Amino acid sequence: MNRVDRIKAFEERAADRILILDGAMGTQIQDLKLDEDGYRGTRFADWGVSIKGNNDILNLTASDSVKGIHRAYFEAGADIVETNTFSATSIAQADYEMQALAPEIAREGARLARAAADDVAAETGIERGVAGAIGPTNKTLSISPDVNDPGHRDVDFETVRKAYYEQAEAMAPFVDFFLIETIFDTLNAKAAIKSLLDLRAASGNAIPIMISGTITDRSGRTLSGQTAEAFWYSVRHARPWAVGLNCALGADEMRPYIAAISRVADTRIIAYPNAGLPNDMGEYDETPDQTAGHVGEWASSGLVNILGGCCGTTPDHIRAIAAAAKSANPRRPAERKRAMRLAGLEPFELAS
Amino acid sequence: MSVSVPSFVNVGERTNVTGSARFRKLITEGDYAEAVSVARQQVENGAQIIDVNMDEGLLDSVEAMTRFLRMIAGEPDVARVPVMVDSSKWEVIEAGLQNTQGKAIVNSISLKEGEAQFREQAGTCLAYGAAVVVMAFDESGQADTSDRKVEICERAYKILVEEIGFPPEDIIFDPNIFAVATGIEEHNNYAVDFIEATRRIRETLPGCHVSGGLSNISFSFRGNETVRRAMHSVFLYHAIKAGMDMGIVNAGQLDIYDEIEPELRELVEDVILNRRDDATDRLLEAAERYRGQGGGQAKVRDLKWREAPVAERIRHALVHGINEFIVDDTEEARQTFDRPLHVIEGPLMDGMNVVGDLFGDGKMFLPQVVKSARVMKQAVAHLIPYMEAEKEKSGNKGKSNGKIIMATVKGDVHDIGKNIVGVVLQCNGYDVIDLGVMVPCETILETARREGADIIGLSGLITPSLDEMVFVASEMERQKVDIPLLIGGATTSPAHTAVKIDPSIQVAPVVHVLDASRAVGVVSKLLSDQRDDYARGVKGDLAKIRERRLAARSAKARLPLERARDKAWSCDWSNYTPPVPVRPGVTELKPDLAELVDHIDWTPFFFTWELKGSYPAIFEDPKRGEAAKALFADAQAMLDRIVSEALLEPRAVVGFWPAHRDGDDAVVFTDDKRNKELARFYGLRQQAGKDNDRPHVCQYDFLAPAGHGDWLGGFAVTAGDNVELLASFEADKDDYNSILFKALSDRLAEAAAEWLHVKVRREYWGYAPDEAFTNRELIAEAYDGIRPAPGYPSQPDHTEKRTLFQLLDAEAKTGIGLTNSFAMTPASSVSGLYLSHPDSHYFAVGRILRDQVEDYARRKGWTLADAERCLAPILDYVPGVESAA
Repeated sequence: MNRVDRIKAFEERAADRILILDGAMGTQIQDLKLDEDGYRGTRFADWGVSIKGNNDILNLTASDSVKGIHRAYFEAGADIVETNTFSATSIAQADYEMQALAPEIAREGARLARAAADDVAAETGIERGVAGAIGPTNKTLSISPDVNDPGHRDVDFETVRKAYYEQAEAMAPFVDFFLIETIFDTLNAKAAIKSLLDLRAASGNAIPIMISGTITDRSGRTLSGQTAEAFWYSVRHARPWAVGLNCALGADEMRPYIAAISRVADTRIIAYPNAGLPNDMGEYDETPDQTAGHVGEWASSGLVNILGGCCGTTPDHIRAIAAAAKSANPRRPAERKRAMRLAGLEPFELAS
Repeated sequence: MSVSVPSFVNVGERTNVTGSARFRKLITEGDYAEAVSVARQQVENGAQIIDVNMDEGLLDSVEAMTRFLRMIAGEPDVARVPVMVDSSKWEVIEAGLQNTQGKAIVNSISLKEGEAQFREQAGTCLAYGAAVVVMAFDESGQADTSDRKVEICERAYKILVEEIGFPPEDIIFDPNIFAVATGIEEHNNYAVDFIEATRRIRETLPGCHVSGGLSNISFSFRGNETVRRAMHSVFLYHAIKAGMDMGIVNAGQLDIYDEIEPELRELVEDVILNRRDDATDRLLEAAERYRGQGGGQAKVRDLKWREAPVAERIRHALVHGINEFIVDDTEEARQTFDRPLHVIEGPLMDGMNVVGDLFGDGKMFLPQVVKSARVMKQAVAHLIPYMEAEKEKSGNKGKSNGKIIMATVKGDVHDIGKNIVGVVLQCNGYDVIDLGVMVPCETILETARREGADIIGLSGLITPSLDEMVFVASEMERQKVDIPLLIGGATTSPAHTAVKIDPSIQVAPVVHVLDASRAVGVVSKLLSDQRDDYARGVKGDLAKIRERRLAARSAKARLPLERARDKAWSCDWSNYTPPVPVRPGVTELKPDLAELVDHIDWTPFFFTWELKGSYPAIFEDPKRGEAAKALFADAQAMLDRIVSEALLEPRAVVGFWPAHRDGDDAVVFTDDKRNKELARFYGLRQQAGKDNDRPHVCQYDFLAPAGHGDWLGGFAVTAGDNVELLASFEADKDDYNSILFKALSDRLAEAAAEWLHVKVRREYWGYAPDEAFTNRELIAEAYDGIRPAPGYPSQPDHTEKRTLFQLLDAEAKTGIGLTNSFAMTPASSVSGLYLSHPDSHYFAVGRILRDQVEDYARRKGWTLADAERCLAPILDYVPGVESAA
């Protein structure tokens, strides 16, 4: 089945039931208990700086393990998995002096997920999808890193847009969706959106975009200060296949904000919270049943179309979520009166 | 009843270097921090979108746009609203889009350079996620007729919506507002063309919006603000009805359509709607009559009086308050008289006598007299060096009618009234030694002794000043300072003077002076041969007042506190849900001067100048009308200066806290869990007997008891002050402008309180988001909720300000200080609490009994003596003496 048919199949499936996304990649990689050498493999044995913690490099040095994690999530019930490419941009890889490798890491990450999806599809006869994960990078376009100079920025829009373009172009042959995720600065996301629209214009591909923001705490705002609704108006021009939230919060804390977007978004809603809030040791304690209990309620309340997990979630969590959401009807997109909807940090509306 | 009102969005235009000289200066000088505060002010003042434009020839506009947008990104108070990225250069627009995380508006794109560029730029806007303003401009130029406007907009709409999939709701057409009444016949229909085009565009192009830059329309009337404002209002009135739903409008350049003078509105409407061929000529002709109504400029001046002899010229100058020629005329007179003193005793005093007579007959009014005094002072100042020289030669000492010490007492900073009295006395030949404000008792008495003063005048506005005046009187008694004492100021009264001050001094007479016009009469009698008779008469009058008061008091039964509490005001709290503030906690604001001007309540301003009558009816008053108009014109001119030169810097702070009523007090909590008490405000309850079971109110009765989730608000605002400016007025012997400036500062502070209360109701507390009252309705308190001030009738204890100031951190946030008597510095400041209950209302506590004072002292942890001192003005008994009641 080619991409166009697969997307069509997912659209039909999404009209029928709630789609299941995978859970955390990082938690599963931690379980591999890799040391520095484990990250380096033979190819980077002599690399000049430490690369332990560069999870995306495992696409090149431990590809079987990565593929195995994808497979575990498919087997737990995921319809779509995310590529292991959260930090596969030249900007994020610069931390490990691997900026030149970013496109290769991105391409391999996408290829591995595609291979896992195709394997499972062949075995089960059910199409599986791949979402090319596009992370926020470790630089912000809206926030000054220098408290003494609020106008300062480490990067500019064009630099970020080009880095995303390079990543997206590398993943494009293998993915069914792009997923701009863990957005804590909407301007970074807008650079990603522009790169994807530019790529679409240049290559003619029609890969749908999913967008997932991050509300960092109970203030109900992104790190760069937007409310959930303002965030939606700021990214709506991507005409995303789905929009929603992930990370930072557990399901319990995330609910009001996912409900806020659900109320106004005329597209599908995607949500993948953490397994609760981290404990004193930085670990996530929420059990699969607990997480599934929360998001199962979202499903039955008609808030969401796509459910998955972020930090701390495991294949067991995804299995529980899939079971909890199984019989729920998918949410219908919000229908709204025509109006010009703008945003600063807060939403603005002028009826047509 | 719900009325469908067409929505209209006002785009803030002060962050536009082509529109705001101040902003341009800040940006070109690289003062971005201050430039950000311009943006903040706009948003605080209600701009829903801010237009940012950096199109200035000498600027790197891309860099300026980038830097400014990055700066405001870090300012939540500014960044909360969307940005309109405004430039004629595409690279500047793109720089703007690359630095806006929200969804912005691009201003503008057009078909000017053809379809290809239009498509490309629109596509780029789409990729950045922005709405667009599309100018009615094509390859052959800007559209002027309605047909051309509609044609171009239709063509642009087709390309945008059908070809590149632009969302129609994100298209804003700007069909070009051009100047009308230019004298060129082809321009006469421009407003009609815009309005007509707007109507057709909104009808035929679904989803889109229409916007425009309003100020163009009145371009040909630059310099005539009255006509311009009327044109803006009339144009907008019709354009909004036709479907214009967005605009770049300076809210300060707008009148309320219904309040435009009918004749002017008719003339303007003729022009805007192009209703008659001679509309422009008629408006031009009439415009001269309106010119300067807001600007304070005089009509053509008649200088015939300059041809008269010098004595008459001096008289004319004094009576009309014209200081332009006075130094020359005084010099000319000096050369014709033997001695400089003769100029004073001759033409100058003659002139001032005319002024005094006219004032006494009610034919001149205080502002005019103060202007006359300014002329007199300048003339005298010219003569002084000659008199000094003469004195040195002869050793002779100049003689004055008498020496008067004037002071605002310790703890008080209000001096407008005192200054007015001082000027009037000086006009009448008295030496006035003005010790200023916050003057301790000892300084007053020492100066009086040292200078051999003939009279001491004390002034004060806040109630604790009354006590200080009693103290000064008793010290005069103790130290045997036998100089007559004058008492004046807004809270003083014959009754207080009779009951509190007069009994504490026997060595000298005490006279309460109601207003400045009485001061001269009182002083001249006290310094004449009939002094003793007069003083006896005054003392007798005061004794009568005391007797009447005592009689009246016993006639008016007061309820014991417990019974008054049983009759507290109440409502059905179980059926009432108190509104929760939209913005709890404490917020700092910088009110915009221009906006405050619209909130000024003018009636008290005229009172300050002893022109009693309500605004604007006072202009029609056959006696005072002319004086009021002249004063108002001067006030407008001064206000224009205050605004354009930013002579004052108003500041404000507002806060809301979870609170509930506890007996007569209000308990304020740290947060909405309501388990940690943050502070406590204490209330006082009416005890005077009432008819018909009407409640005995305490202001916290309007606060819900525990368990209902009510909130209490508080605020402090100041107009700020300008010490340098006042010093320069003083150096110029210009009491008139000094008093004018202070009186306007006071009005602006009150205006700021009114403005802030509107904001609180609409946004911060937000219980009346759709409230829309005219200034007149605001002054009449047509809204829900009250803002009682500590020290005023609803809670006369000034010390409550301390609690309020601590909660607000008011001193740090606004620069307002509290004196030891709890007067606010600068004097032009206002503070108070907010209560939101729709039935809350202002009232006066009135006099209270000892049982309440004892209870209040216990609650506040005071001694009874403390409480009696603070509540002295409202005690219904004499402390230390068992009450008969």
